[in-house]
Amino acid sequence: MSAPRDFAELFSTTSPWLQGSGPNSEMVLSTRVRLARNLSEVPFTHRAREEQLYGVLASVSAAAQSSPAFSDGLLLRMNECTPIERQVLVERHLVSHELGDGARPRGILIAGDQRLSLMINEEDHLRLQSLTPGFQLAEAWSLADQADDQLNQSLEFAFSEEIGYLTSCPTNAGTGLRASVLIHLPALVLLEEIQRVLKSIMQVGLNVRGLYGEHSEVMGNLFQISNQTTLGRSERDSIDSLERVTRQIIETEERARERMMRDARVQIEDKVWRAYGTLRYCRSIHAREVINLCSAVRLGVAMELPGLCPLRTLNELLVLTQPAHLQRIHGSELSPADRNIVRAQLVRERLAAAEHGTGTNP
Amino acid sequence: MLCQICGKNPATVHFTEIHDNKMSEIHVCERCAEEKGMAASASQHKFEIADLLAGMVDAMTRTDEERVGHVQCPRCGLQYSSFKETGRLGCSECYTAFQFQLRPLLRRIHGDTKHRGKTPTHGSAGAERSRQIQRLHDDLQRAVEREDFESAASIRDQVRKLEAELQAERAAAHGAEHSS
Repeated sequence: MSAPRDFAELFSTTSPWLQGSGPNSEMVLSTRVRLARNLSEVPFTHRAREEQLYGVLASVSAAAQSSPAFSDGLLLRMNECTPIERQVLVERHLVSHELGDGARPRGILIAGDQRLSLMINEEDHLRLQSLTPGFQLAEAWSLADQADDQLNQSLEFAFSEEIGYLTSCPTNAGTGLRASVLIHLPALVLLEEIQRVLKSIMQVGLNVRGLYGEHSEVMGNLFQISNQTTLGRSERDSIDSLERVTRQIIETEERARERMMRDARVQIEDKVWRAYGTLRYCRSIHAREVINLCSAVRLGVAMELPGLCPLRTLNELLVLTQPAHLQRIHGSELSPADRNIVRAQLVRERLAAAEHGTGTNP
Repeated sequence: MLCQICGKNPATVHFTEIHDNKMSEIHVCERCAEEKGMAASASQHKFEIADLLAGMVDAMTRTDEERVGHVQCPRCGLQYSSFKETGRLGCSECYTAFQFQLRPLLRRIHGDTKHRGKTPTHGSAGAERSRQIQRLHDDLQRAVEREDFESAASIRDQVRKLEAELQAERAAAHGAEHSS
């Protein structure tokens, strides 16, 4: 995949985290590691003057683009993007809601292979993120860690020996690390064991959120599990503990799936194929319904039911059926009702293409 | 079932939110769901984190609230009372200025107050270069503020020159990387 040179080229490629590859990809969609950093010389974003923020945007993007990690990076300035383009970036998990609001001098630098990105002037001056497909925490950490070292060659980060990296919100101070996995747990939800599992995840100091991060709703049985604290333990420690807990959750979900298939195989297969049938032939559909039906189909694919579409198609639908992607593909703004019609058409076409083995990019 | 927000239309959208470590079911109509949107729930969250922090701080400093609220960061001018409202510190120096208030807060949040992670691999000529760009941007702002447009133009040219140099270096480095 060659490095995108502008927004249109970026849009026409599939984000690597949607490729449906990588370890445990039938259950773990993606692994993300984020590091928060600030320049020592400048007040934090919300206290800095506009001119200072232009300075941060200029110096950070210049430093990053001269580092190997971002040498072929694409810089998008938020105030130069249309609202739909900004929302597309949010839907692709490249940009946070805060950065996506478009006000003030903010930007995102996306590395050529799209696994690494750098938000500039979000809540912190730098939010470095690696986003990889499947369950690969060590790789995601290593990517972010190396890019951080490279950036640090030419940027002086706010740091104290005692507290570590200094961040705008004290909840991120220390390592500035947030590592997370996006995991699909339909069997635990169906068997009503999820509450118990979530409770134990939270008891070991991890956090659970929905598909779109902080305080977003849980849809399609997709959960984001991440470390909660950033002070008092090393990055390696935080990553290892998330890795251990995630492995346990994967095993628990696998056991629940086996039990479900043993005790109610026909009902599960029926649910999967009805979901597929609805997606394949619908004429008007809400984004949330797509996500929920895709969850059932994803379960079927993981259980190796023959004749369903590949994981990659399901992952792509998750993002392509979101409002901004739909409108960008359609080329104009659409009312919610029209979106439902256009969305249904897109889902039908994608599944038909997958059935004929002719998947395409948007 | 009727929508929990407007109470008029039938609830057709059902979702689950996690809040305070509890999952709760929410049933709303399509219209309210669209209006509520994801952006709305994200910005709502920001206030909640501020409330949470403010709540924690409150419990610890109630007796000295008046005095402590007026403690000010000498560098960015942020008052401690303002941090309590927003949950956001103003600059790296705030961590020193408010250290006595922050230490118990950090302990509450993280269960610890000592960094055990990586340390910066301190910089080089590149760090100096980026500081230089930053300083010029500050100078530019000050020149514009005092309406000294002649200086502003000259500073702007310096910034452009420096950025062009960086760009050229970057292209050269990129080329070298490809040919090696």
